Amino acid sequence: MSALSLLGGNVLAVDPVPWARAQMAFTLASHIILVPLGVSWACMTLVANWRAIKREDHDALLLAQRWSKYMAVTFAVGAVTGTVLTFEFGLLWPTFMGTWGAAFGIPFAVEGLFFFIEAIFIAIYIFGWKRLRPWPHFWTGVPIVLAGIGGTLSVVAANAWMNEPAGFTLNKAGEVVDVDPLKVIFNDAWPYEASHMLVAAYLVGGFLIASVYAVGMLKGRRDRYHRLGFLIPFTIAAIATPAQMFVGDTLARWVYNNEPTKFAAIELVPDTESDVPETLLGRIDSDGNVTGGIAIPGLASWLSDPSTGTSTVIQGLDSFPADERPTTREVNTVHLAWDVMVGLATLLFLLSAWYWLAWIFRRDMPRSKLFLWVASGAGVAAVLAMEAGWVVTEVGRQPWIVHNYMKVEDAATTNGGVWITFIVVAAIYLTLATTVILVLRSMSRRFRRQAELVDTDAPYGPRELPSERTQEEEPVGG
Amino acid sequence: MDEAVAVVLIVAVSTYAVFAGADFGAGFWDLVAGGADRGERPRALVDHSIGPVWEANHVWLIFALVVLWTAFPEAFASITLTLFVPLTLVALGIVLRGASFAFRKSLFRTSERRPLGAIFAFSSVLVPYCMGAVAGAIASGRVPAGGEAGDPWSSWVNPTSIVGGVLAVTVCAYLASVYLIWDAHRLADDSLVEYFRRRAVVTAVAAGAVAFAGIFVLRSDARYVFDGFTARALPLVVLSALCGVGSLVLLLRRSYRGARLLAAGAVASIVWAWGVAQWPYILPTSLKVSAAAAPSATLTAVLVVFGIAAVLVVPSLALLYTLDQRSLLPEESVDSQRATGASTPAS
Repeated sequence: MSALSLLGGNVLAVDPVPWARAQMAFTLASHIILVPLGVSWACMTLVANWRAIKREDHDALLLAQRWSKYMAVTFAVGAVTGTVLTFEFGLLWPTFMGTWGAAFGIPFAVEGLFFFIEAIFIAIYIFGWKRLRPWPHFWTGVPIVLAGIGGTLSVVAANAWMNEPAGFTLNKAGEVVDVDPLKVIFNDAWPYEASHMLVAAYLVGGFLIASVYAVGMLKGRRDRYHRLGFLIPFTIAAIATPAQMFVGDTLARWVYNNEPTKFAAIELVPDTESDVPETLLGRIDSDGNVTGGIAIPGLASWLSDPSTGTSTVIQGLDSFPADERPTTREVNTVHLAWDVMVGLATLLFLLSAWYWLAWIFRRDMPRSKLFLWVASGAGVAAVLAMEAGWVVTEVGRQPWIVHNYMKVEDAATTNGGVWITFIVVAAIYLTLATTVILVLRSMSRRFRRQAELVDTDAPYGPRELPSERTQEEEPVGG
Repeated sequence: MDEAVAVVLIVAVSTYAVFAGADFGAGFWDLVAGGADRGERPRALVDHSIGPVWEANHVWLIFALVVLWTAFPEAFASITLTLFVPLTLVALGIVLRGASFAFRKSLFRTSERRPLGAIFAFSSVLVPYCMGAVAGAIASGRVPAGGEAGDPWSSWVNPTSIVGGVLAVTVCAYLASVYLIWDAHRLADDSLVEYFRRRAVVTAVAAGAVAFAGIFVLRSDARYVFDGFTARALPLVVLSALCGVGSLVLLLRRSYRGARLLAAGAVASIVWAWGVAQWPYILPTSLKVSAAAAPSATLTAVLVVFGIAAVLVVPSLALLYTLDQRSLLPEESVDSQRATGASTPAS
């Protein structure tokens, strides 16, 4: 017990706030990589499944079946890493939860419903290949897609509420005494943030999965199976990308109007003025001087409100009290993350345009190797863009955890041992990430080996068993 | 209204205990199943039996946590502030357990499966122990309210917490063995039926003994809850004991379906008894349910969500369990490994 008491006592106690922030950021950033797969992969699988049944397409059937097996792994890891976040709300931010749980918690209660539906039907779908009949089996996959969408919309509602808190009344002691649940969920930031993340889930999931098949095609696996494995997710991503440009642009303009501090950090604006240049890269120092980077005159003003053009005034960082806006370092982080997000998204947009042009003019995907090379990097690029986007919104809100109501430093736990849990969590998650990749690769290798040995896997009823004959005679698609 | 939400909370916790408890217990049997050869068949049954359902069962924990922090935010903050260490262990244990289980199911080489299986099995024991210890910490009044942290160690390393932890592990093992008998029975594997029947009888007796010893520990260490158990909650305690004894009798008489129901009843009623015993406190004896409750609109929202859950989720769960029990959700990749002739099949 003496060693244990040391941990709990003062000897190893370190200021928990930076460590709590680091741990939350790290676990969120890890979990968010799995989120797009959880939300959009089921949809892609169902597209393949639909095609398989409608057109008796064996390749599509194999693809859908294998995807669902990979999904079983990524969903399980997503579910448990999501659970860690649930615990961390309390473990790292007890004061935040104690004060705001009555409002902030409501979207999560709704999310709990969707998570239930998702977990139940993903199990039925994944385990139902062999013994359920084709169409009923297909339909058990549909609730997964709907629950993924509903879950995204409700979790993001909680985050949007932190940016734009609404739907509560405080007493003089600062306690929440009345709540309007609908105003909490449908807060002002919600429609913009939620649609941005939902489209991102399809964009990132699509590029991520397509990039794996792009690599396969580059390795010479140019069969129909790989082609389908590329086309289904890439098409979804290529639809989502232009949509995301529109949603993102609308969100940015909303941030300009409603979260001026964050916007000033995004655009690296020290003083309130018009004709603000769009600075690509570059830094700001503590005196408010912007150095480096490429400044495009007037563009930031013009983008903020095209109707007033370059005369649009953008509020500068100086117009907010120093302790109510991000620090200089945080501003630079936000700005860099913004550039990374927009830069990568632009590249992905050009890649999508290339794809669509090829379809329009040649009725086929681009044939060049260069396209596949770029596409094989699109998955990682899309993940980075999404991570950068979350950095923008989270770091851009600093120092607040609930904007204008509670600061991060006042929300954290008093446990001095958080630095230890951070190190343990980081070690476990890095091992986990490596193992996920190794397991998925090992599955893929096994599937390939197996395809060389036997011609057919046997979904929808093992064909060799006479007792299952009735299922075989069920016409495919019937 | 706060009473109604407290009931929702106990429903979530007891459902979690009855369903997910068995999934944890299955991990316990995996842990003690012996070497790769000897333990192969029981482990395969464990894989087969919890594979399709564990994630859905796990959601009850998320639901309980969400109800707790939304409806009783102060209680949630106090619990997570004081019980930082065991709750961190629970969170990490859940990650390790879920991930290693999913990985193991997708891999077929013994050398890869063994370490993952060990992590899965070990964390399956660690998590319920810590949860039981957390319950003990709350019940024995070691979690103070009002934004003040209790002792980070003695709050959960104390007689009541130890009883809580050991009881949780034993009860999980007991539930799992009873459920696994039924699954082995369904798959017509008589030797595994016998294997788990012996273990069910032993753990039933062990759980009874731990619970009995717990009475004396509570008496000296958690007086408020002890008084509740022996007065207000006494009918539920008696019900739990009767269910426990009944399931033991049915096990001995090889009536497995009934034994399964009674075992679940024994566990659910002891969770309910705990709730009734510490009423009206959510943190005995520093925070009452009514004082911890969120504003009424929030409580209404939680009740509405629970109502929707009853309409949407319960039938979906029923569908999942029915398909599973009718063997319509077989192991996802049994055939594939046979086709490749890979070593050591999963099942």
